[in-house]
Amino acid sequence: MLSEKETVKIDINNLSLFYGTKQALNGISMSIPEKRVTAFIGPSGCGKSTLLRSINRMNDLIEGITITGAITFDGTNIYQPGINVVNLRKRMGMVFQKSNPFPKSIYGNIAYGPKINGMSNKKKLDEIVEESLREAALWDEVKDRLDASALSLSGGQQQRLCIARAIAVNPEVLLMDEPCSALDPISTDKIEELILKLKEDYSVIIVTHNMQQAGRVSDYTAFFYLGKLIEYDRTRTIFTNPSLQQTEDYITGRFG
Amino acid sequence: MESRRKIIGFFAHGLPLLATLLVLAVIGVIIANFVIGGVPAMSWEFLTEAPRNVNTEGGIFPAIYGTVLLVFIMTIAAVPIGTITAIYLAEYAKKSSRFAQFIRFAVNTLAGVPSIVFGLFGLGFFIQTIGAGIDDFHHASKMSNLQEIIVVAPSPLANSVSAPVSEVKQFLRNTDESLWIEQIRRLSHYPDGVDAVVNTEQVMTFLEARSAPGWGKPNILWAALTLALLTLPVVIVAVEEALRAVPQEVRAASLALGATRLETIRKIVLPNSLTGILTGSILAVGRGAGEVAPILFTGAAYSLAELPGLKDQFMHLGYHLYILSTQSVNVDDTRPLQFATTIVLLGLTLALNMVAIMIRSRIRRKNKKN
Repeated sequence: MLSEKETVKIDINNLSLFYGTKQALNGISMSIPEKRVTAFIGPSGCGKSTLLRSINRMNDLIEGITITGAITFDGTNIYQPGINVVNLRKRMGMVFQKSNPFPKSIYGNIAYGPKINGMSNKKKLDEIVEESLREAALWDEVKDRLDASALSLSGGQQQRLCIARAIAVNPEVLLMDEPCSALDPISTDKIEELILKLKEDYSVIIVTHNMQQAGRVSDYTAFFYLGKLIEYDRTRTIFTNPSLQQTEDYITGRFG
Repeated sequence: MESRRKIIGFFAHGLPLLATLLVLAVIGVIIANFVIGGVPAMSWEFLTEAPRNVNTEGGIFPAIYGTVLLVFIMTIAAVPIGTITAIYLAEYAKKSSRFAQFIRFAVNTLAGVPSIVFGLFGLGFFIQTIGAGIDDFHHASKMSNLQEIIVVAPSPLANSVSAPVSEVKQFLRNTDESLWIEQIRRLSHYPDGVDAVVNTEQVMTFLEARSAPGWGKPNILWAALTLALLTLPVVIVAVEEALRAVPQEVRAASLALGATRLETIRKIVLPNSLTGILTGSILAVGRGAGEVAPILFTGAAYSLAELPGLKDQFMHLGYHLYILSTQSVNVDDTRPLQFATTIVLLGLTLALNMVAIMIRSRIRRKNKKN
């Protein structure tokens, strides 16, 4: 499990989730380390994306959902009554499967988050925009056309823009839901490099279908199957010496 | 074989073309008819002056003004209410919500109600219930005022009792001169030192006439609100569709950045559906400008030289056309006026639509930039 050297950022404790009567997550317990990349893998429908969306409570938007158990983030259970969900989401950036820039300018996309959080100083905003775009390795490609529509960017650029937008609000955690699934290999490469760089400042959780990707970018890997956490360990251990046959079967491509 | 395919091909291509030409021809004939019939009567005077001689001479300016004002008030009323309803339905209501389903059912039903029924509803609801209610309320408050006066000064104002003229005058001046001015004028016929007979009933009647604000009658406001009800479903459906066209992922992105639902609607959803909202307004304007039935009982007037305020009846191009062609003292003589009025009505509807379309394309261009 988690090495003793790690600081726990998020602690998930016996979390179960139901869509109506259908159970999607079944008693998940795990600790997610700070400033590391944690990968969630497993076949489609195993609950990994659902778990990711539970961490910043995006599941709240879906009707008929029931959640039991707890997710502790920096010592506070985010599912206890009276939690300010809006504040919580500010502290957790999210990158979605399909790039989803706002139909605004490149600048407008990055500045949106800081603006709604009350930042109105134009100079500061300019700085944030540049910094975020640099961090997302997009600055050089777009610095001359910040006023252009974000929709004019290529798919890979759009996804990096979304990453820049997420880090512009200075979150502590980055939740990435299959961020490369719609990208070509070159764009995927760029994003993977970026993720390795991002873990210096953020705790990254990435959901992926791509086994090699999990192997390349993550420090810890959690394997889910049918709503249950099957195995969770250092990525190296999971990929070279998993303790369960089921994990090995999935990783080597024998099922899933 | 080859020739048969050619023939089929000819018809496959030719028939749709023919149908299109037919539609164009019909429109052409209609417009040509109006133009030929109406142009002789068209003049600057016709567009800028009031009708004279029971609508057989003069212009139609009050009708143009009335129609524009009517559509304007209607838009102000229908678009915000429709947009807010659509926001509720598209953004807040849960799919399974009984209440939202009920609203949708009500909107659909409203869309299917014949326009004359709206007219009757407007008469019954806005004029006879709301308007008359306002009048009654005013009246009642003035009456209680009067009761008070009678109680305070039993001598001059008791029912049909005599009191010295000077005393009555003094009392009336002391209370509310603007209301009692008529009574004072009457009393001034009496020489001082003689007893005047003040009739409470007369005072009441006078007060009633003076104090009723006059909302319980047809006017342009009630007509515009009636029309707004008629166009509301058009607005709601168009705006809701525009809101739904904004991708769910974009909303999720905004929420994930820590925006509240309201911020997301205001800064992401609404700006990106503004063109749709305007399309809804355009449809509403187009529908509203041409309807006559809803305003028949609620405010349209036969002939009024003066331009209306909110509390006045008004002339309307569509209604004017109906009057000219059915109720005129001389239907045949006014035929050029009818044609010319039709041209103006069509032109006005077109112009209102053009303005809305221009605003829309401007916003579209601006949106692309940002």
